[in-house]
Amino acid sequence: MFKVHVYVTLKEGVLDPQGSAVTDSLHAMNYTEVNSVRIGKYLELEVENTDNLEKRIEEMCEKLLSNPVIEDYTYTIGEAVSS
Amino acid sequence: MSLRLEPSPQQIKEEKIYHDMGMTDEEFAMAENILGRLPNYTETGVFSVMWSEHCSYKHSKVLLRKFPSKGEKVLQGPGEGAGIIDIGDRQAVAFKAESHNHPSAVEPYQGAATGVGGILRDVFSMGAKPIALLNSLRFGELQSARGRYLFEEVVAGIAGYGNCVGVPTIGGEIQFDPCYEENPLMNAMCVGLINHEDIQKGVAEGTGNTVMYVGASTGRDGIHGATFASEELGEDSEEKRPSVQVGDPFMEKLLMEACQDLVQLESLVGIQDMGAAGLASSSSEMASKAGFGIEMDLDKVPQRESGMTPYEMMLSESQERMLLVVKQGHEQEVRDICDHWGLYAAEVGHVMEEQNLRLLFEGEVAADIPADALAEEAPVYHPESTEHRVFTENQKLPASSLPIADMKQTLLDLLRQPTIASKEWVYDQYDYMVQTNTAVQPGSDAAVLRVRGTNKALAMTTDCNSRYIYLDPETGGKIAVAEAARNIVCSGGTPLGLTDCLNYGSPEKPEIYWQLEKSTDGMSEACSVLDTPVIGGNVSLYNETQHGAVYPTPVVGMVGLIEDLDHITTQSFKQAGDIIYVIGEAAPEFGGSEVQKMVEGGISGRVPELDLDVEKERQQSLLEAIRSGFVHSAHDLAEGGLAAALAESVIDSGGLGAGVTLAGDTTAALFAETQSRFLVSVSPEHTEPFENTAADAVRIGKVTNEPTLEVHQSSGDKVLQADVEEMENAWKGAIPCLVKSKD
Amino acid sequence: MKFAVIVFPGSNCDDDMYYAIEETLGEEVEKVWYTETDISDYDAVLLPGGFSYGDYLRSGAIARFAPVMESVIDQAQRGKPVLGICNGFQVLLEARLLPGAMQFNKNLKFICRPTPLTVANADTMFTTEYEQGSTVTIPVAHGEGNYYCDDDTLEVLKQNDRIVFTYQDDINGSAAGIAGITNEKGNILGMMPHPERAVSDLLGSTDGRRLFQSMLKNWRETHVASS
Repeated sequence: MFKVHVYVTLKEGVLDPQGSAVTDSLHAMNYTEVNSVRIGKYLELEVENTDNLEKRIEEMCEKLLSNPVIEDYTYTIGEAVSS
Repeated sequence: MSLRLEPSPQQIKEEKIYHDMGMTDEEFAMAENILGRLPNYTETGVFSVMWSEHCSYKHSKVLLRKFPSKGEKVLQGPGEGAGIIDIGDRQAVAFKAESHNHPSAVEPYQGAATGVGGILRDVFSMGAKPIALLNSLRFGELQSARGRYLFEEVVAGIAGYGNCVGVPTIGGEIQFDPCYEENPLMNAMCVGLINHEDIQKGVAEGTGNTVMYVGASTGRDGIHGATFASEELGEDSEEKRPSVQVGDPFMEKLLMEACQDLVQLESLVGIQDMGAAGLASSSSEMASKAGFGIEMDLDKVPQRESGMTPYEMMLSESQERMLLVVKQGHEQEVRDICDHWGLYAAEVGHVMEEQNLRLLFEGEVAADIPADALAEEAPVYHPESTEHRVFTENQKLPASSLPIADMKQTLLDLLRQPTIASKEWVYDQYDYMVQTNTAVQPGSDAAVLRVRGTNKALAMTTDCNSRYIYLDPETGGKIAVAEAARNIVCSGGTPLGLTDCLNYGSPEKPEIYWQLEKSTDGMSEACSVLDTPVIGGNVSLYNETQHGAVYPTPVVGMVGLIEDLDHITTQSFKQAGDIIYVIGEAAPEFGGSEVQKMVEGGISGRVPELDLDVEKERQQSLLEAIRSGFVHSAHDLAEGGLAAALAESVIDSGGLGAGVTLAGDTTAALFAETQSRFLVSVSPEHTEPFENTAADAVRIGKVTNEPTLEVHQSSGDKVLQADVEEMENAWKGAIPCLVKSKD
Repeated sequence: MKFAVIVFPGSNCDDDMYYAIEETLGEEVEKVWYTETDISDYDAVLLPGGFSYGDYLRSGAIARFAPVMESVIDQAQRGKPVLGICNGFQVLLEARLLPGAMQFNKNLKFICRPTPLTVANADTMFTTEYEQGSTVTIPVAHGEGNYYCDDDTLEVLKQNDRIVFTYQDDINGSAAGIAGITNEKGNILGMMPHPERAVSDLLGSTDGRRLFQSMLKNWRETHVASS
């Protein structure tokens, strides 16, 4: 079994109201070196080893885990874990 | 296996490990005596939560018994998930309020959210369909970043949970005062509608019947939450975060729907929410109430985490769980309903003759305790009581005469006080319309819901001005009940009854206990006179930090019946030319008032007097006038007196204004908080019958077409003129402005 | 005319929608549980508001894969009227029956209030009873109603008169003030405001009634014409 780490982020150019709020807040706390914050999602999947593992994960990301209209995704397949 | 890691009974006694669970030496000795042996770790834990203030009311029970709780229409008084009152047509209203103060102080979003979840389950476990949520909140004055954070997150938590479950959050009240800075109060109330034949009780009767567990699985969250709620907040409260539960409103919604189906089952014997003290309280209370026992196999309890011990399972306060008892052989009916809603139902035990709570775990008996000992025989304390010096000293003070020169500025400043200011910023975040019955939206004296399929409506409100209670608990307690009833009457309803949430400091301090004693005396008297039985409630003590206790805050949640939709009345003026009346004369009473606090920077002196007979007479005559169709608007005079009430009545009137002339001392007439008073507008053709009905009504002016408020003295001098727009900006802008401000 | 109100776990405006149809039109209406696989028997499909599947992951994302959706998509493609309100609109977006996506309101808070809208297209099967350009007051109640689409899509929506309702004030940050749009054929309408909450004077507005009346009228016309 593998641990798969999926990161879903907003597409470039899509306004991120949460990210803007966090940026403003950091600026108010004097972390002025922060130029921007973009907020995304992190999902951790425990996946049985199958054929086409990568292809199936990409499918999951495109169909459900992300919304391709506004989001991009990346993923990494982590170390094998014992079930 | 894991049991072996726990301290032995001997160690628990010798090392006084029960102290960490909030048990005293005497209580531990009592438990030992009941069992006739030393309790083991699980048993000590179960005793400690069941005997915590939160579950046993050991410091307040004596006082709660004073409340009148009976009435012709009361179908269920205190002691079950919620009280129930008849509203006719074989329908009834079930309601209850509960505090979630400590969790909200530590993790405000989840604390508030799970507070809403818990009170919903109390109501739908009775078989009722939840139709409304209300709340009563207390915060500091939004001057600190922490204070604003608590405020914003509590509101967000209420919204996040209530909006998702689809029960409208239709009203409430918020008071801001420095005494709540570190110890905010979060009280939630739920109102449900129920048919008489569907009323359920939390009972486990009938030997051999099956105990079933429905809903979310059990994790380690919230262990000792009930004990946590029974301690003062200290520096280490943040570290107690594991005590705070996380809510899942989606699960709650499914559980709510499933329960509405489950209560239709003939085979359902009893049902109860796993609230504070989770499985421990629901199982022992259900058994104790029925005079039976329960044997439960903890290995069958659905678990979210591995390696949980009996102690952890029994004390977990994981949310969205219910315990059911169903007739033996009918388990599949429960499972079928749960399957439909995607919920898991597990058979975890059975009802037995022997009146014990017996827990099995990994083939051994993990606990065996008489159920009554847990649910009924908790120690009852009669704490020492001493008159609070705040009362003693303030009674001696001469009445304050406030030096107010600029009436208009004072009014605008009052409208900006967060306690008076519009709460639109808050209720804009609550879905107050879902279920499409909300006839009067948040912002008027009481919210009103129609009862679908009838010509009736329900009015509901929460109320408590804790400043009065701090200065004079007995009078303040009366006022809290009377004011809630005024809100109901102003909306056109007859008050039916109330639920309370008693929020105080430590009862182990004689002056605090005295506040509790006196204020409940005052409330009881008002309830008797106004015929509003107390059908349930909750006590939250130990609301203290190192800076002292909160003001004594007995929140009143009241429900009233509007017999005809035509009787629904709101506070805003309706048409130009209507005659404006004030019922009741002002006296220069400023003790504990909003204007006193604003001008003098604090509260002091004697609070306004309240004559309950006068109160009752005026409420009845106003209600009669409303029902006769004479009244276009009605508003009770509360914080900020007549001036604030006039402003509120013009602001939402859609472009109208008012011109009034006031006799006597202008400051008192405008700003005093003299009790039992109402602002009413009446169409010109009804003035005569109105005056005949409401004997204490005095005509003060007219509703005008000009969007401005003008106040004259009887000499003719103008004392105040304010445009509706500037009043509205002050009133509606205050809270958004405070929230946005930075340190 | 027979209406289906699709109920997902977590839908919470299904009863409101049901009553709105019953009380406004007096037509047949049934609640259809998400596990149904064939809804071809109904003349119109209504996707109600709420928090389907808790709105976990993204609002509407999980409901989009509920068993009933295959039939909803099929009926939609056959030209049956499909109306998605609030969460129902979000489900339609996730199902790609309508273009674009929803984001958090720009103030990051849930907003519940009666809202003035402009009827931007009164020539759809959902809006013929309204006057073009008129103002209607219909409540909103959402946390994620900030409509987003790319510039090309927005241009297409504008060119083809597919923007049906717009907010008169910028309450949530939606592109072009969009409150409701249709698909290209015009038989699918998604909108964030809740017309089913605006069908009673007692509750403050009846401006939502004409939407349901439009649906009935247009259905009758096509059915009289075809029979």
